[in-house]
Amino acid sequence: MKNYICYSINNTLNQFNMADTEKLVEQLVTQHGKTRNSLLPVLQGVVREEHFLSDTAMIAIAKALNLSSADVYGTASFYTFLETEPRGENIIRVCKTITCKMKGKQQVIEAIENHLKIKEGETTRNKKFTLLAANCLGWCHKGPVMLVNDDVYPHVAPDQIVDILDKYC
Amino acid sequence: MSKIKLTIDGRKVQIEQGKTILDAAKKINVKIPTLCYHEDLCVAGNCRVCVVEVAGSRALQASCAIPAQEGMEIRTNTPKVRNARKDIIAMLVSEHNTQCTTCYRSTNCELQTLSAEYNIDNNRYLSILKPNIEVDRSSWSIEKDDSKCVRCQRCVRTCSELQHVNALTVSHKGKDMKISTFHDLPLKDVVCTNCGQCVNRCPTGALTERRYFDEVWEAIGDPTKHVVMNTAPSVRVALGEMLGYPVGTRVTGKMVTAMRRLGVDSVLDTDFSADLTILEEGTELLVRLKKALVDKDDTVKLPLLTSCSPGWVKFCEHLYPDHLGHLSTCKSPQQMFGALTKTYYADKKGIDPKDIVSVAIMPCAAKKFEANRGEMKDSGFQDIDAGLTTRELGHMIRQTGLNFLELEESTYDSIMGESTGAGVIFGATGGVMEAALRTAYEIVTGREVPFADLNITAVRGMEGIREASILIEDAVPEWSFLEGVEMKVAVAHGLINAREIMDQIAAGESPYHFIEVMACPGGCIGGGGQPIPTNEEIRKARVAAIYEEDMNMTLRKSHENPEIQTIYKDFLKEPLSHVSHNLLHTTYRKRQHY
Repeated sequence: MKNYICYSINNTLNQFNMADTEKLVEQLVTQHGKTRNSLLPVLQGVVREEHFLSDTAMIAIAKALNLSSADVYGTASFYTFLETEPRGENIIRVCKTITCKMKGKQQVIEAIENHLKIKEGETTRNKKFTLLAANCLGWCHKGPVMLVNDDVYPHVAPDQIVDILDKYC
Repeated sequence: MSKIKLTIDGRKVQIEQGKTILDAAKKINVKIPTLCYHEDLCVAGNCRVCVVEVAGSRALQASCAIPAQEGMEIRTNTPKVRNARKDIIAMLVSEHNTQCTTCYRSTNCELQTLSAEYNIDNNRYLSILKPNIEVDRSSWSIEKDDSKCVRCQRCVRTCSELQHVNALTVSHKGKDMKISTFHDLPLKDVVCTNCGQCVNRCPTGALTERRYFDEVWEAIGDPTKHVVMNTAPSVRVALGEMLGYPVGTRVTGKMVTAMRRLGVDSVLDTDFSADLTILEEGTELLVRLKKALVDKDDTVKLPLLTSCSPGWVKFCEHLYPDHLGHLSTCKSPQQMFGALTKTYYADKKGIDPKDIVSVAIMPCAAKKFEANRGEMKDSGFQDIDAGLTTRELGHMIRQTGLNFLELEESTYDSIMGESTGAGVIFGATGGVMEAALRTAYEIVTGREVPFADLNITAVRGMEGIREASILIEDAVPEWSFLEGVEMKVAVAHGLINAREIMDQIAAGESPYHFIEVMACPGGCIGGGGQPIPTNEEIRKARVAAIYEEDMNMTLRKSHENPEIQTIYKDFLKEPLSHVSHNLLHTTYRKRQHY
């Protein structure tokens, strides 16, 4: 349970302007329709633009689709790729499951942690990158596998990390 | 409708198409254990406790979710079934905070019962209860303890299907799955009406009402305090269920005796202030009608909405803040009672109001929140010091060690203990409307309402929204402007139906003059503070008991209550007077919508 103080701090972390977020939701709802069926595409649209679902965004979606905010939060929190905590501009996901583990995912994670000076689950100070562990990404035959946003990096080796991440700076 | 024939444990049964295996088993008194299943809610099929063997299918089937089919052969009690159930219950127990000895729901917990029935020992699975789960005690009304949650989602379905508030949701997934509010905020900070229907349907102690009886015991034990208890109409038809009586038994007299034995200084009746509500609210309705019809005042808000149900009031404040003007300004009977206890009662009895502790026994969780609303201090003190549920009173009586079944009957103390049948029926959906019509019709026409035995059956029943109309003929001169007017009224219970009523008002299309709304299905008899379990059958039995109580009263119209006549003569002067306005009426506020 979060106390109220944490909640308001969390809100101020939101780097996006409230009016912009509301406008974005409005556009997405116009595009996808006002029924409950459009909840997922609208959530995905917001994550695409803002990297995570702020309280402002979830409340705006609830309002636009005539749902309760809890309903929107419930759906958002179910999906790993719909972030409900503030995230960096680029999200790095390294597969944590058994095949990738055997193929050296830990060394890949350490290389990223060394390069970005963050730990798994954290975001860089400049909000450029967030590092997360992911469940199976379906690339077991080419592990370890890393995902940066929607780009897949199979057979990724620790010494490639600096070059790969530089492309996103 | 075509019937289906199937066999359950070798016995033949016939059942309508579309019914489940569980329904068929019930029909021949075969008990299949359930946990996530609840008669009031849609099927979830997530706990698997109700599994049975179906001939021809390899896997066990959840009987609550599988429709009965022609020729099915079901076995409900084989080693395979028993072992599976035992395993399922043991796994639920392994995630559960099993400190049953200190749990409020102990002896009334479905998981505890199942676990005992299936002889679950702690050796089968190690406990995987997450450490450090905090109990949310932020709300005045409801406590949420996730360590006792079995994720059956009855609460989520209740909040969505019956109340359409959706304050609770299922968040996250897998081992992290839990019942949350928006962002898992404390209950006090979200759009929750405090109706407590989730509490009534929680199979364990995960959702309970916030308890105040320890404070009340303190006050009773303090010789400098004068403890006044008032009991809501619906408590007397449900309390018995906790103390050894069958559902639908009226225990008014025994309840009064029991409360006196608790050590309460004065046992009074909320029905008295229910009668008072009728006078105030009925007059408010007539005044609004006059303003609309005679003065052609287009700012007057019609239909008038009742305001006795604090869950419903908070629902409006959150979700329809632009239409609060439709709500009657009358406080609920509980709050009227509180304000009068520390003024009129204190004065008549010669007791310093600061020494009075006023306790309301209510069928309700939302009343706890209402008692603690900042504006409920019109007597100069907190008008109601504690709001207890029927369940809490049941616990107090048990703690006292009284043999409730053997108690003699007694009657309420005076003053503010006298009531009428009209006050009693407040406890059932449609009751406030019926009581108001009995009085208002008589004020306007000088005659009794034209229904046999004063029973206005058109507003009774269990349908979500009911409507009725009553033609006003031969009005007395003072109310002649109502001559020929067809008074249109509606009754709604359960907030999902309230939403329909409010959407109609918001669209400007409401055809009614007066609408009664109760937050809980069935009205107060089905309230969030009533004995657990609840279902349609139980609610109907309680409603029947309410009307029986009404029929047994000598006085059945609020305005005939002699104590009401006295209070107007000695203290309030007349309905909507200055004193009434200060003590008995209130205001509402806009609250967050999301």
